[in-house]
Amino acid sequence: MGMTIAEKIIALAAGVPEVKPGDIHTVNLDRMMTNDGTTHLTVDMYYNEIKNPHIADTKKMVFIVDHNVPSDSPKTAASQKKMRDFAKAHQIDFWEGQGVCHQIMMEHYVCPGELIFGADSHTCTYGALGAFGTGVGCTDLLYGMVTGTSWVLVPETVKFNLTGQLPEGVYPRDLMLTIIGEIGANGCNYQVMEFCGDGAEAMSINDRMVLCNLAVEAGAKSAVFAADEKALEYIKARGREPKAMFASDRDAVYAREYTFDLAKIQPVAARPDFVDDVVPAKEVCGVRIDEAFLGSCNNGRIDELRVGAALLKGRKVAGHVRFLVVPASQAVYLQALEEGLITTFMESGAIVMNPNCSVCWGSCQGVIGENEVLISTGTRNFKGRAGHPSSKVYLGSAATVTASAVKGEICTADMLCCN
Amino acid sequence: MSVGKIFKFHNDLDTDQIIASQYLLLPNIDEMKVHTFESLDPEFPNKVKPGDYVVGGENFGCGSSREQAPSVLKALGVQAVIARSFARIFYRNAINIGLPVIVCKDLPGAVETGDEMDLSLREGVAKAKGETFSCTRLPEYMQQILGQGGLIASLNKEE
Repeated sequence: MGMTIAEKIIALAAGVPEVKPGDIHTVNLDRMMTNDGTTHLTVDMYYNEIKNPHIADTKKMVFIVDHNVPSDSPKTAASQKKMRDFAKAHQIDFWEGQGVCHQIMMEHYVCPGELIFGADSHTCTYGALGAFGTGVGCTDLLYGMVTGTSWVLVPETVKFNLTGQLPEGVYPRDLMLTIIGEIGANGCNYQVMEFCGDGAEAMSINDRMVLCNLAVEAGAKSAVFAADEKALEYIKARGREPKAMFASDRDAVYAREYTFDLAKIQPVAARPDFVDDVVPAKEVCGVRIDEAFLGSCNNGRIDELRVGAALLKGRKVAGHVRFLVVPASQAVYLQALEEGLITTFMESGAIVMNPNCSVCWGSCQGVIGENEVLISTGTRNFKGRAGHPSSKVYLGSAATVTASAVKGEICTADMLCCN
Repeated sequence: MSVGKIFKFHNDLDTDQIIASQYLLLPNIDEMKVHTFESLDPEFPNKVKPGDYVVGGENFGCGSSREQAPSVLKALGVQAVIARSFARIFYRNAINIGLPVIVCKDLPGAVETGDEMDLSLREGVAKAKGETFSCTRLPEYMQQILGQGGLIASLNKEE
């Protein structure tokens, strides 16, 4: 029987010729990433609860401070110091303030064919390079760190056949929110979302990351594209080699199949407080906003900054709006500087911030107050996600977010052009 | 298991509601637990008693992978979480830390906050409102982890 990409990656990591959905296998983890959201707890457990504390392979570990950076309080500083000191003591790769963890992982570590655990739910991003990334908690991460292994329940794969091209002014983020709206917040619970078809093949690695990153918002364990020439080009340009280049077999078995005609996708928005409450963006136009956010591991790369800057050129952010622009990494930031995008943002009145998770996770920068409204390119719009429990978050594309920042209320980019 | 009071929550209950981001970098779970369910019921940490139960609908624990979510529930003495279905990361995290998570299709619709419930993990049944509800048994592999008190306890046993 044929296997899907996800099944092939798990079989390779388990050292067996074949796996099937429902099997439980012990796998060798290729890499583990953990950030300041939970690592202080991992470190405490390592020292206090493990009988024989040791690390299977420090080269597999990556520690990234990206959630509350720079630190916002003495207690945060203490938790991050615990993480920093541990990384130093054990010669673990350590990144701080260099970018959102998944962007750092993609730029510096992830290789096609790898099985990667990340103590962050958006670890599914790595499927953009044909890797199997999945989010875990700090106990799973700790077990993996000590043993180099973990257990995996082989998930079913759901096929998403993408055909054609997105219309002008419509972005992969609109597509992924549309998909989540259609299948629901648990539409792929415990499953893998595999993207294929000519529409998927034509996508850049950046665009593939946008799709894979949000898969967890449909409950998915992971998301994946076939490792192709684009993936190879991406890693080779950064001095890396693939572990394995996998595509699904012709006779691979899928739990379900969907087809999306990209030409039919329109700008959409997810309404508060659920990512799957997706409507055409036009339906929420006119909602007054207090803050707009362009950034995150989903949508803070150079492609999105270009979209935002192109719309902002010659325009001003509305007087009552804080428009936060947060490049996903220093590399993205430097490129944006080089292209003059940062100048455009600043001249338009945006607040350009250091790479980090920012208001997407609602703990550090740009947190919104009572009854305030944010439109965001972040990952989630749960109740209180960006600050006060009564505040509201709408999700949209970089174009919709930027246009809304200019108008001071939710609007789509084409409406801005007509003003 | 024993009789405890039910605290019931909605479908697609995300882990941000269990414990908000702004508390995750506090030094330890004990400092975090007083903020459990703050956005929905700020009095929850005072009202919940050891042995009580959390009941959810579909997709309980979706969203962030923060292990602090099951950890604060366990630290407050919540005996088990019963839901129609669970988001996978929360489910796995709960088993890893030794907090029983039980899938039960019919119970969530039949009970309300304040009702009493008796759960037998061994028999796979929950009793509430004079009715008996059957629960889905955990796969054996996960049952073993739970039985040993969580993943770290089982690791310490292996080593």
